[in-house]
Amino acid sequence: MSGDRITTRFAKLNAEGRAAFVSFITAGDPDPTTSAAILAKLPAAGVDVIELGMPFSDPMADGPAIQAASLRAMKAGMTLKGTLALVRDFRKSDQDTPIVLMGYFNPIYIYGVDRFIQDALGAGVDGLIVVDLPPEEDDELCLPALKAGLSFIRLATPTTDDKRLPQVLKNTSGFVYYVSITGITGTRTGDTGAVSSAVARLKRHTQLPVVVGFGLKTADQIATVAESADGAVVGTAIVNKIAAGLDASGHATQTLTEQVVAFVRSLAEGVRRKPKGGNRAAAG
Amino acid sequence: MAQAKPNSFRTGPDERGHFGKFGGRFVAETLMPLILELEKAWGVARKDPAFQAEMDYLFRDYVGRPSPLYFAPRLTEHFGGAKIYLKRDELNHTGAHKINNCIGQILLAKRMGKKRIIAETGAGQHGVATATVAALFNMPCVVYMGETDIERQKPNVFRMKLLGAEVRPVTSGSRTLKDAMNEALRDWVTNVEDTFYIIGTVAGPHPYPELVREFQSIIGREARVQMMEREGRLPDTLVACIGGGSNAMGLFHPFLDDESVRVIGVEAAGRGIETGFHAASLSAGRPGVLHGNRTYLLQDDDGQIAEAHSISAGLDYPGIGPEHAWLHDMGRVEYVSIRDDEALAAFQLCSKLEGIIPALEPSHALAHVAKIAPKLPRDHILLMNLCGRGDKDIFTVAAALGVTL
Repeated sequence: MSGDRITTRFAKLNAEGRAAFVSFITAGDPDPTTSAAILAKLPAAGVDVIELGMPFSDPMADGPAIQAASLRAMKAGMTLKGTLALVRDFRKSDQDTPIVLMGYFNPIYIYGVDRFIQDALGAGVDGLIVVDLPPEEDDELCLPALKAGLSFIRLATPTTDDKRLPQVLKNTSGFVYYVSITGITGTRTGDTGAVSSAVARLKRHTQLPVVVGFGLKTADQIATVAESADGAVVGTAIVNKIAAGLDASGHATQTLTEQVVAFVRSLAEGVRRKPKGGNRAAAG
Repeated sequence: MAQAKPNSFRTGPDERGHFGKFGGRFVAETLMPLILELEKAWGVARKDPAFQAEMDYLFRDYVGRPSPLYFAPRLTEHFGGAKIYLKRDELNHTGAHKINNCIGQILLAKRMGKKRIIAETGAGQHGVATATVAALFNMPCVVYMGETDIERQKPNVFRMKLLGAEVRPVTSGSRTLKDAMNEALRDWVTNVEDTFYIIGTVAGPHPYPELVREFQSIIGREARVQMMEREGRLPDTLVACIGGGSNAMGLFHPFLDDESVRVIGVEAAGRGIETGFHAASLSAGRPGVLHGNRTYLLQDDDGQIAEAHSISAGLDYPGIGPEHAWLHDMGRVEYVSIRDDEALAAFQLCSKLEGIIPALEPSHALAHVAKIAPKLPRDHILLMNLCGRGDKDIFTVAAALGVTL
């Protein structure tokens, strides 16, 4: 069962007494080869869970940085099929690091839901985050994915109140992704104080690990989030690092991969500063 | 794909916002509570006589409704066949049907205690209508508009500014309506607490397709009564242009259960369907999910949304309202397409023969009327929705005709 990779990883980190560092990059950004090289180096750089963006032409919940990453990847020929191939190649050298695909429903719908689920499992994907599939549309992908053994990770937001939360959590598996701000990716950083109370609220409703994202940019912010959450996600800041490593014509410079990986390593340090408190072990 | 013919074509959507397999609520979780709140508010408002009364009052005294049903003698004579009637929604305040929907939605926004209005616009007609009602109700208004559209619809950009709205240029993607809608959704996700998003067409997540249709159905309800008064019977054929499809839905919906009425929607074929430069999502697209609903979309084999192309900014959208998608699959409405050059010819024809300069959008409908009317008998009644006036298009048309202003 591929869902086990996520469970196993969080259980292991829980035993170590620290939170997970979750990194996001867009598959194929800035080109398939460079993207594969970055992906392969993420675990050694301290990434515990990999979120891999499926490029989409109209990423409605994403800010300019991740939109641009999608466009770069698409321009370089990346497709959903290519994204799955990237995961398959990654799995040849890494059997343990969970990979969660993140994106929008239309490319999956066009690929064919059943075929996508089978191919994703076959490639070694562990979970899915599909931004525009709320619980109201669970029949579309969530339920068949869960049945086949893929985790379906849901976003909870500041607008998800206590009344709605049970519905959001009902068919969620793997972990819960708390979006700490209302808004698009990468534009603002959530108030870390509000994050810990939000995590506590989620924890009252679920046994699943709670991972926090949207707007984190530095190891210090990650360290703060890691005090209350089971994981911290960084996306836009890493994607910006990729953009910064492009030459004038938009191609990857020779040092791009190295720079991105070094940056990821510096962020990953944020979850490794101090052991977690006792309530973490109880929560696991 | 065979679906049983329903007893009525007018009962949709279901409680989950589906018209057959189309529609739905494909939005980010941040927006979901808001969509549910809107659905609830709309459910209460639609049954509230006070809401209806305020809308009726504004329709009459502010918009200038009912819009006339006009028998077009010279077009009729020119085509030499069917009797041509025009529903004159271009005479509405702000020059198009878009205001009907904006009046309804801002009244909803007021009821919900929202303080800020956002909208997307293509041709600028919906942006102008939104800016207009925002001025009337004293709410700040931000209109997202693609850079490409800002360039080709300068008069409407200036109108919006005069009305006190902020026009935010959208530089992502194709820089047209679809991208403006993405940007408006991004704003909404960020400002969920105080902001009401006035969507301009019968698309987006449920309940938008339904509520926009209900607000626009004033067109068809009036036309039905007017035609009975004028001719003592229903029209034989309805024709309306379709981008997202709100003017068409507004005209069609009250007639959908009248089997004798043939209903035709006209998409934009741009430079021709075969060239790939068009906006005909039903004729050349396939079902997919975008902007909160499942519908026919122009897209590639990887599910990436394609850019639409039309001389008319108002039709330049790669999708179509989900109810149209359903009516298409059910076979209740015929969907055809008209090229830029055909619309341009109709634009000039209407101006010269009837003294009415139509918008480029309904010029597409008229171009199809020009194709079918000559072959129809003289007692055949054809009703076309003249949903907007052409003042905003004179620069585009002049450029297309090689005239320097």
